[in-house]
Amino acid sequence: MPFLAPELAPPAPDLLPSGSGIGVRVTQVHRTFPGGVAALDGVDLEFTPGSFVALVGPSGCGKSTLLRIIAGLDSATRGQVELSHAPDQPHGSRAPIAYVFQDAHLLPWRSVLDNAALPLELSGVSRPERHAAAREILGQIGLGDFTHRHPAELSGGMRMRVSLARALVTRPRLLLLDEPFGALDELTRGRLDEQLRALWHELGMTVLFVTHSLSEAAWLAERVIVFSPRPARVVLDRVLSLPRRRAAALRLESAFAREVQALSEALERGGA
Amino acid sequence: MLREVLLRSVLPPVAALLVLLALWEGLVRALGVPAFLLPPPSAVFATGVQEARELAASAWVTAEAALIGFGLSALVGALAAVVLSSSRLLERALYPYTLFLQTVPIVAVAPLLVLWFGPGQRAVAASAFIVSVFPVIANTLSGLRSVEPALRDLFRLYGAGRLATLLKLELPSALPHIFTGLRIASGLAVIGAIVGEFVAGFSEGTAGLGILVLGAYRQLRTDLMFAAVMCAAGLGIVLFGAVSLMGARLLRRWHPSAS
Repeated sequence: MPFLAPELAPPAPDLLPSGSGIGVRVTQVHRTFPGGVAALDGVDLEFTPGSFVALVGPSGCGKSTLLRIIAGLDSATRGQVELSHAPDQPHGSRAPIAYVFQDAHLLPWRSVLDNAALPLELSGVSRPERHAAAREILGQIGLGDFTHRHPAELSGGMRMRVSLARALVTRPRLLLLDEPFGALDELTRGRLDEQLRALWHELGMTVLFVTHSLSEAAWLAERVIVFSPRPARVVLDRVLSLPRRRAAALRLESAFAREVQALSEALERGGA
Repeated sequence: MLREVLLRSVLPPVAALLVLLALWEGLVRALGVPAFLLPPPSAVFATGVQEARELAASAWVTAEAALIGFGLSALVGALAAVVLSSSRLLERALYPYTLFLQTVPIVAVAPLLVLWFGPGQRAVAASAFIVSVFPVIANTLSGLRSVEPALRDLFRLYGAGRLATLLKLELPSALPHIFTGLRIASGLAVIGAIVGEFVAGFSEGTAGLGILVLGAYRQLRTDLMFAAVMCAAGLGIVLFGAVSLMGARLLRRWHPSAS
């Protein structure tokens, strides 16, 4: 499928419209795997352009399946996924979607720079252009000094950051993350959460973030959707009343605790 | 550090070899074993030095045929694996027949090779090829099949075509497996060449190591036989070492098997 040529020189952060993400509408999506296991049983959801939404639920509930269907990596047995078009996007072209997996999944034979530049390489962007774009995003994500290293020489957190840079190098309008920081230690995870939030503020894409950590969901997202165990049903769809600019210390505040409490109750209501 | 490595990994096998050679020499002398049955290592060594020129020339003839066979194996084997991996149906239909290459008794087929290619280097190289191609096919195929599903998803998401996926994902992912296949094939190619020479190696010009062994056998020059066999083994080891070294250099930066 043809891919949109990415913008290589992003506008200055303050000029970026906050709504440069695309919207997603999921209508009555069912997914049954061969063997009869139903992962999704009629899910209806709408994600507004530029929003940051966390999807939480017990492991194996089907939230990752939903993400894969939205990305086009899996197809729904029944139902529909529609993507809105960004204003400056020619009609009919595919919206730039990026996907971050549970593990970094880098190509071990490539340098950090060539890993981050891979999506541009696959869509035919010339070498100097894609390297410039990769260098820029790696710099933004704090890996500017590691462009010539190989993945085997990096820590787990750094590998995940390269994976994030690879996803962002095309300046996607929709960023899908499937429990991306689950395997990392608490401290590294917190730092990456902060970095992701900062990048969202800066780039304005729509973010769908799958996690099973309630506090990560509450700290990151504007809106949290809680799913029941398989087949996934929406138990709670809540817009969090937390400030737009968030610091690490937010995790210690009572407003934050209240939100996590609400999510936790919903999870139990739907789950056990 | 180098000294430590040498002490740990080179010293033991060298010591074992020296002990073995000393035992061999001592027993042969003490028991008065006739030299045509089992020559002492000193005699083999002396013959090796004396006939160094002929041995080297023969080794080169064998090496050439083995290298041609090995090169063909690497090329044809990897290509065959790529073709087989392109469709499940094709793999299911054809892979069982590649097993034929693994099980065919090369000694029995060698006369056929003489019929087809005539005696000499081409038949010998064909024999080396037949013996060594299967491990390349089998290992490359399993390498191409073991690409991480998430990486396939990634390439699909970014709209990569068949060729880009093959060149930028599948082949690099398979490289460690390919080198495993090539290492096995390198030793087999030398064996295939020697066996091929037994049947098909007679032609004008310098004879290969296989012919040298046969000739020495007819004259009961057991010392020369031993020297030629050592040369053949050495050839296999050199080729194996070269392929291993190449693999280690290529994979050094990313694969745990290389470090």
